[in-house]
Amino acid sequence: MTLTPLTQNIHPDRGPTGIVEYEGNGGYLAVRDTLANLNPSEVLELIKEANLRGRGGAGFPTGMKWSFVPPDNHSGHRYLVANADEMEPGTFKDRLILEFDPHQLIEGMILSAYTISANIGYIFIRAEYHTAIRRLRQAIDEAKARHYLGTRILGSEFSFELHVHVSAGRYICGEETALLNSLEGKRATPRAKPPFPQVSGLWGRPTIVNNVETLCNIPHIVARGADWFKSLGKGVDAGTKLFGASGRVKHPGCWELPMGTSIREILEQHAGGMQDGYQFKGLLPGGASTDFLVSEHLDVAMEYESIMKAGSRMGTGTMIILDDRTCPVGMIANLEKFFARESCGFCTPCREGLPWVQQLLEGIEAGRGSVQDIEILERQSRFIGAIGNTHCAHAPGAIEPLVSGLKYFRDDFDAHIRNQRCHFKSGDA
Amino acid sequence: MKLNQNIPSPLSEAEISDIEAEISHLPDRKSAAIDALKIVQSYRGWISDASLGAIANLLQMSNEELDGIATFYNLIYRRPVGEKVILLCDSVTCWIMDGDKICQKIKSHLNVEQGETTADNKFTLLPVTCLGDCDHAPVMMVGDELHHDLTTTRVEEIFR
Repeated sequence: MTLTPLTQNIHPDRGPTGIVEYEGNGGYLAVRDTLANLNPSEVLELIKEANLRGRGGAGFPTGMKWSFVPPDNHSGHRYLVANADEMEPGTFKDRLILEFDPHQLIEGMILSAYTISANIGYIFIRAEYHTAIRRLRQAIDEAKARHYLGTRILGSEFSFELHVHVSAGRYICGEETALLNSLEGKRATPRAKPPFPQVSGLWGRPTIVNNVETLCNIPHIVARGADWFKSLGKGVDAGTKLFGASGRVKHPGCWELPMGTSIREILEQHAGGMQDGYQFKGLLPGGASTDFLVSEHLDVAMEYESIMKAGSRMGTGTMIILDDRTCPVGMIANLEKFFARESCGFCTPCREGLPWVQQLLEGIEAGRGSVQDIEILERQSRFIGAIGNTHCAHAPGAIEPLVSGLKYFRDDFDAHIRNQRCHFKSGDA
Repeated sequence: MKLNQNIPSPLSEAEISDIEAEISHLPDRKSAAIDALKIVQSYRGWISDASLGAIANLLQMSNEELDGIATFYNLIYRRPVGEKVILLCDSVTCWIMDGDKICQKIKSHLNVEQGETTADNKFTLLPVTCLGDCDHAPVMMVGDELHHDLTTTRVEEIFR
């Protein structure tokens, strides 16, 4: 039995897996079997039992998320949306699936839609993923031709139509309620919750939004069972995860590994360790909006609770490595410039606070910092980062690398202020 | 995406028919706002005030509401752009991998600043959020084409 279900059909050197090869490897058997033999509540129980958690960043249990969708009273449309708006800085995992195994996502969406009784699906994808968009559209046509999509699929009572929606940009579209506003043709400002999308989502109808990688796990769980899925993880978390590493490592890349693989194994074994002449200094474990971890955390397992205990989050599971010759103040300034630019501008702490933080950090990096600046950064972090001060998690996420950066790299901040210059520039690092 | 300044501001039949096709599977006309902007931009390269007014009219919404949407999205252009847009990643991994040097090289080689179009109208340089190719940083897109593992030499070859 495969230990890498998500990537079993991914062979970048051979191009995308077409429907014939996909079916040849057991693809769409889960759809055939489910439509003939299982009712939606049985699939839901299976996903709950499998302990699948969201792979997009928040890590919410998928079965529980789905269970909040009200029972189908046949009063109108119900929607399933795949969040393919991969834009978290340092994240390059969903692209792999979208480009090389688009049928895996389509099959996952058919099964998920069946479970929540959704009749319309959207794949919300960023416009820059041209190759993925083209291949997804082709795969949808192939699936339609085999009657995996459409009306009364394979002779069952279940109907499901699937569309690709190409976005017009902005990171905030990855936030699920902002994404729904964007799908409705509006500005992508996140919505206040409640009501939750499960009850009142797209055009006020019950809607589930799931990350691409999350949805791709569904066919495998349905085909092979919850116990098999749980056995894939090394520790408490079930399944595999697409982990990645970028920065000054020898072999940056993305690998499907068991949940619970240690940071050290990913960094040293799969990414080949640091490039010659560079030392490890820290990392963001799952994208820009996760807290820094440092050397003492290298043996932490990449699983939701263990990373939380270490003070960070799984996020997208793709690590950004900070080396000893890159300035942490400059790196955090880059991150906060990004978050300030990508704020939707609706909530005051985010709209006004993040540009202020950006200016202070850029000032410190440029040699104009003062001791008071650190105090303002710390105070602003409390205002901006507090859950509940803003509608969505953009601002709290933005503050995570700043708060942890101030904790672990305080010496670097102090040196910038004391010397009124960045000691990583002009070769005296 | 070829810039064509000769299309008159009222929408063409092709543009209207493309937009109506989008509206046909949506619950109301306004829901097609982003699709409509993208359709018109695909024909004209950018969204002028006249185009914006014509789209708003077709979707039965105010110019102000549509402009609020148009200006929210970074891939809707409310000013003319060159034949190809350069989307240069300025996110964290590209920054670590000396993306700033690539940016300086593009600016000096093409003689443009961020947000500007080259004198020959071929390229517009814009920053973009992480392009999801971080294991090959630094990264940029030129038109629809992704270029990665960028070096200053590669930049010269690409824009030769």
